[in-house]
Amino acid sequence: MIAHARLSAIKGIRPHEWAIRFVFGGAVCVAAGLISKRFGPEMGGLFLAFPAIFPAGASLVEAHEHQHKARAGFDGTMRGRTVAGVDAAGAAMGCIGLAGFAIVCWLSLPRQLSTISVFLLATLVWFAAAVLAWWVRKKRLFCTRRARRRTQHAFRAS
Amino acid sequence: MTELVFRFLIGGAVVSFFAALAEIFKPKSFAGLFGAAPSISLATIGITIAHYGKAYAATEAHSMVFGAIAFFCYASAVSWFLMRIKISALAATLSLLPVWFGVSIALLWLVGRWP
Repeated sequence: MIAHARLSAIKGIRPHEWAIRFVFGGAVCVAAGLISKRFGPEMGGLFLAFPAIFPAGASLVEAHEHQHKARAGFDGTMRGRTVAGVDAAGAAMGCIGLAGFAIVCWLSLPRQLSTISVFLLATLVWFAAAVLAWWVRKKRLFCTRRARRRTQHAFRAS
Repeated sequence: MTELVFRFLIGGAVVSFFAALAEIFKPKSFAGLFGAAPSISLATIGITIAHYGKAYAATEAHSMVFGAIAFFCYASAVSWFLMRIKISALAATLSLLPVWFGVSIALLWLVGRWP
C-alpha cells in the first residue's frame, strides 16, 4: 500500500500541541478577516493560503521523530530534520492542490452554484490534485537518474 | 466582534482537524499534503460570503492563488534547507517566512495589479 492511515496516532498528540494548532489556526483566520477589511479582499485573500500551522507542524514532526529515535537509544537530530524536510516536500505538493482549490472558488463562486457545491467541488479538486502531485513525485516520473539518487534517501526516511 | 469570535473558533477547529489528519497518515511525505490543506479558506470563506457576498469571496479566492504559489516556493525552500543545510525545523520555517511574503506580494503586485 502506498499510503495508509493509523487512527491510534492521534493519541500521541499532547494537549498543548492541540492548543498550539487551535490558537494559531484561529488567530490566522481572524488576521485574514482583519487584513481583508483594512486593505481589501485582494490582500486579505493572500492570507487564505498563509502557512498558518506549518512552522509549528514541522517542528512537532521533528520533535516526535527525535524522541522516537532517542527512545531506541540513538541521536535522532539528523533523522528528525530529514523527516521534517520530507513533510515540507509533501506540503509543497499539497500547494498544487491548494492552488486548484482557489481557482475553482474564484471561477465558480460568481456563477449560479450553491456555496456548498462550490466547496465540495473545490475540496475534491484540492485532494485529487494534491494526491496526483504527490504520486508523480513519489514515482519520480519526471526525474533524471541523478535526481532520483539524490532524493532516494529522503523517501526512505519517510 | 461576533464575526471575529466565530472566525477564531471555526478556524481553530478546522485547522486542528487537518492537523489531526496529518498525524494519522503515513508516509510523512503524504501526511505533508495536509500541511497545505485549504483549512483557513474552508473556515472563513463561508463567513465572508454571509457578510460580504460571493463576488467579494471570489476576489479573495483569486488572490489566494498567488498565496498558494508563494506557499509552494516557501515549502520547497524549507524542504531544501532541512535536507541539505541541516538546521532545526523551527529555525528554517521561521527564517524563510519572508519568502512567502515576498513571492505572494510580488505576484499580487505584478499579476493581480494591486493596488
